[in-house]
Amino acid sequence: MNGRAQMNIVIVGHVDHGKSTVIGRLLADTGSLPQGKLEAIKESCRRNSKPFEYAFLLDALKDEQAQGITIDMARCFFNTAARDYIIIDAPGHIEFLKNMITGASRAEAALLVIDADEGIKENSKRHGQMVSMLGVKQVTVLVNKMDLAGFSEDVFEKLKADYTDFLSRIKVTPVSFIPVSAREGDNIASLSERMAWYKGSTVLEQLDQFTSDKELQEKPFRFPVQDIYKFTRSNDDRRIVAGTVAAGSIQVGDEVLFLPSGKQSAIQSVESFNTSPKHFASAGEASGFTLATQIYVRPGELMVNPAEPLPEVGNRFRVNLFWLGRAPMIKQKEYKLKLGSARSTVKLAEICNTLDASDLSYSKSKQQIDCRDVSECILETSRPIAFDTTSASESTGRFVIIDNYEIAGGGIVVENLSAGESLLQQHIRDRENKWEAGLVRAEQRAEVNRHRAKFIVFTGAPGTGKRAVAKAFEQGLFQNGMNAYYLGVANIDRGLDADLGSQSDSAGERLRRIGELARIFTDAGLIFITTIDDADDYDIETLKLLNEPNDILVVNHGENGFSRFQPDLQLVAGGAVADAVHLVADLLKTKEIIIDYQI
Amino acid sequence: MDHLDKLEAQSVYILREAYREFKSLCMLWSIGKDSTVMLWLARKAFFGHVPIPLVHIDTHYKIPEMIEYRDRFALEWNLNMIYGENSEALAEKLTFPDGNTDRITCCKYLKSEALKHTLSGEWPRYRMDHEQRRYVVDKGRDPYTGVIVGVRADEEGSRSKERYFSPRDKDNVWDVGDQPPEFWNQFKTDFAPGTHVRIHPLLDWTEQNIWEYVEREKIPVVSLYFNQGASTRYRSLGCYPCTNPVLSDARTVPEIIDELKSGKFSNIAERSGRAQDSEDGGLETLRRDGYM
Repeated sequence: MNGRAQMNIVIVGHVDHGKSTVIGRLLADTGSLPQGKLEAIKESCRRNSKPFEYAFLLDALKDEQAQGITIDMARCFFNTAARDYIIIDAPGHIEFLKNMITGASRAEAALLVIDADEGIKENSKRHGQMVSMLGVKQVTVLVNKMDLAGFSEDVFEKLKADYTDFLSRIKVTPVSFIPVSAREGDNIASLSERMAWYKGSTVLEQLDQFTSDKELQEKPFRFPVQDIYKFTRSNDDRRIVAGTVAAGSIQVGDEVLFLPSGKQSAIQSVESFNTSPKHFASAGEASGFTLATQIYVRPGELMVNPAEPLPEVGNRFRVNLFWLGRAPMIKQKEYKLKLGSARSTVKLAEICNTLDASDLSYSKSKQQIDCRDVSECILETSRPIAFDTTSASESTGRFVIIDNYEIAGGGIVVENLSAGESLLQQHIRDRENKWEAGLVRAEQRAEVNRHRAKFIVFTGAPGTGKRAVAKAFEQGLFQNGMNAYYLGVANIDRGLDADLGSQSDSAGERLRRIGELARIFTDAGLIFITTIDDADDYDIETLKLLNEPNDILVVNHGENGFSRFQPDLQLVAGGAVADAVHLVADLLKTKEIIIDYQI
Repeated sequence: MDHLDKLEAQSVYILREAYREFKSLCMLWSIGKDSTVMLWLARKAFFGHVPIPLVHIDTHYKIPEMIEYRDRFALEWNLNMIYGENSEALAEKLTFPDGNTDRITCCKYLKSEALKHTLSGEWPRYRMDHEQRRYVVDKGRDPYTGVIVGVRADEEGSRSKERYFSPRDKDNVWDVGDQPPEFWNQFKTDFAPGTHVRIHPLLDWTEQNIWEYVEREKIPVVSLYFNQGASTRYRSLGCYPCTNPVLSDARTVPEIIDELKSGKFSNIAERSGRAQDSEDGGLETLRRDGYM
């Protein structure tokens, strides 16, 4: 009973090409209708002297479900001897594209309905493209209303050739084409005598021939780290790396590698609640692991098996993107990207080729991506993330873009382009080329100030006491007659960054502004001090770049969250402030930034 | 993985996603079979723990066994248990059982209003103190920005249109016609100040799946769901003045599953024993206004 398989099928196509009739037929021919429903509707049609249509059946069911409000995405349940089906009826109207996407995202196969009489229409193409982008691999095209086309093999073959040609351009190979008349029932549940020339499967046979995605188990292991749990307060000391296995499998004792940090460990245990002990986890399972060694990993990393083919790591990549936002996607603006469990700020770097929403023509010269456009473009994240190109593994190559709290676009990564010059590097090169210097040179300032300029970042987890140390250090330098300035980050939030609001997708811009401030303050000869919570390798790399040609010193408090970067000084969390200040002063002396420091 | 394994994995993923993304998160626990399965799924997701407060809206007309059950498992499973109520309407007897309102208005006062103001923190929240083993007024008054709810798409029309992560605006209103897209397993986890998101981990479960899972996991459920000898049982639980049992001989979970599979109820809505659904406007009206 529990073992009975279920499959989600999405049905798409242009308005009035007969989706509802197909569903009505499937429900009726598999005996999945509530008792007496078919008779009741036939009777109501007879009384109102209008011809019965299977679409009415669906409308009547929907009305009941909808209780008077417009339904947007209906689910119909029916079953064959082989398995249970949920048919997701995605609306054909363009306004409902968001619902169509939501429906098709969950489908394992798609039925695409085309009217034999009307031929290929706008949404026949658009839906074909969407279904392909969303990763629905199994597409069967139903050439409907064959009764209106005289059950003609020529009409069917012509349409099949035209649409196959379109699909091949968007790299879709349909599983099959079936000529049907949903109204008359031809080729739905049984082969039609009126189309004896057709030798393929009926629609019902085709449904049962669709396969569930089994090959995921065979792919390299991919585990997007969703979270790290430690429920110490409930007397549980396990540190559990939690998430859902996206592909492949892993077992106790296997080596694991976290990307992009590059940290390594091995699986100590597979954790679960109310099950027999597990030693193994594979694709599809929501699981959790403890590791053999204590390493600091963050949500958003990708855990893989280093013995298998590795994913890509990068921050610049070519994608196919579908845009749904009310506002167009533009360059210069920061968005938030979610890929697997990773989140990052992201910018649109280049637009290569765009399929225009209005007339389905291709354009290489568009400057922005409009609502419903499908675009091949280049995106750049503020920090590297681990991903697969979709030819390698699908679920770790799909992403969405958030604009103003809303999911405004989705797409797939096609190619890693991280070797090229990043937007940030271009920006620094440009800025430094045009930097207007005054007449006072840096060495002159250093001589008068009796110290050199420096940007000092105190980092570590919140509550490690880094702010107290940073402030005390500024005071110490000042009392020693030096030009030091401590900048509280909260002041930037409320001042310089006030225009950014509280949006989480502007983290990259906030960091850029700190880096630009550092560039100016160090140019002015200051020892410029600030604090950043939980900075990682890429934050420091970014600040370093922005502060060029000047340099940066990093003091870390408590647990070291960096993966490759070595902080210049490591302090204990919550240690005595005076001792900490001394250690920082010693560091500055060693680095020849200051000559002397008196308490 | 069989079908129940897949449903479980998806629900766990949704719960973990909610826990990761929402700082002020709660889970509504109605004590019914669905939200109890959801609570169990949280224990799955968090390896035996439930790091999310559970909120129950107490109309004080719940069948007494439901409240006993709630408090027993709140203590046994170390739950952060919170209840809220509309004390004003109760004090002024503005209820259907008191004969002062119709059913829908009673639901609106005792459930929708109580829920809205408990979630926003405007009305007092009562938290189970595990040392004193009784409820105390909770100090936390922060509005919940993520609310996990155990609705299922197959229950009723308006629920079939929900997303896994479904936004509600400042006035708690649900814009059914313009919902965000859900691409693959990426959900709406970003929200503007003042708005909140309803999270639905059980959307794809059917009534039969729920009972199959209760059986597989041996989840304790209120005995009201079983025939105790009078050849009736409750199929959906609510307040006693407005909830009626169905005719049934099912005394155990496997018998309930057999009964559902027999098709006996295929033409009878699961909530048909809930009188408020059949009044003017019914559940849809209630739900647009913030009812679950």
